Amino acid sequence: MTPSLLYAFAGVGLCTIGLYGFVRLAHLLRKLLAFNLIGSGVFLVMVGLAQHHNGPDPVPQALVLTGIVVAIAATALAVVLIRRYFHLSGQTTLAEPARGNDEGASQSGEDRQR
Amino acid sequence: MMSGFKNLLTTVFCLMLAVVLGFAVWSIGAEPSPVNLPGHLSENLEKSGVEHPVTAVLLNFRSYDTLLEIGVLVIAGIAGISMARTSSLEDPELRTSDSLLYALQRWFVPLMLLLAGYLLWAGADRPGGAFQAGAVMASTGVLMRMGGIPMDFLRPGTMLRLGLTLGFSVFLLVALASVWGGEAFLAYPPALAKSLIVVIEGVLTFSIAMVLLALFVSAPINRGVEPEEGERG
Repeated sequence: MTPSLLYAFAGVGLCTIGLYGFVRLAHLLRKLLAFNLIGSGVFLVMVGLAQHHNGPDPVPQALVLTGIVVAIAATALAVVLIRRYFHLSGQTTLAEPARGNDEGASQSGEDRQR
Repeated sequence: MMSGFKNLLTTVFCLMLAVVLGFAVWSIGAEPSPVNLPGHLSENLEKSGVEHPVTAVLLNFRSYDTLLEIGVLVIAGIAGISMARTSSLEDPELRTSDSLLYALQRWFVPLMLLLAGYLLWAGADRPGGAFQAGAVMASTGVLMRMGGIPMDFLRPGTMLRLGLTLGFSVFLLVALASVWGGEAFLAYPPALAKSLIVVIEGVLTFSIAMVLLALFVSAPINRGVEPEEGERG
């Protein structure tokens, strides 16, 4: 059991927490954060496992660096999409919009935003 | 009742995943590694044209990944700006007129641009490189936008699209040129490797900064009551 392996196990833990959050949380931003947590867990597993064997290994580090940049861009795009969705539907979850009090939901959503 | 059951099911499923993943990590960790990647890398490092192993992997040995990555970034950036309403990309209403921020950024913007340049150059032999430099450049842009410096190039149009795609197209051009020269896809001629990597990193920095900045400005804080092209107006 080396510290690097501990990183890999921490990554497993992050993946699990992230998956749980991704399934259970309704708010889209929370889902996005949970999804990022899964990604971070995968990065930790990759780097930790490779370090456990060979010492600091530049190849998975470079791959993880690539992954981080893609994750940032994907997160930013997801935020843009979520904002757009909120703007059009007035709600922050993927639940079916309640018929009849759409206007109220939209209004309270805007209040929360400010 | 139903939600409690679902909750339990999710918890059990996640715990099972944790056990399986943990077991996989444990068994991979127990075996010796089949290949010695750092050894291979340090043997071939001098062929790559740069001294830092991570930069060598990113821009030479696995440059295909980096090419695809900047492709993904360009797609994300273009999707982002096409989501935004065209007028909101440069909306005077969104600028703050905070005098403290304005005074600060006169100091910070040149310093941060300098830092971005340094990071780009440092990537050759120590941690640094196009992505870090691009992130610093993008945050400079964010600061400038917050401080109310008009940035006309962020209008959706030719300049923005050119900036977004510059890194990807130069990278692809280099890759295709090496094919045309009789080498493999993305195999740089060894004599030119260093200068090609510097050029590619330079344009990558610029494009990454543009993509991140475009994604930042395309999610502005809209007044909720503005008419939209949705059902509600």
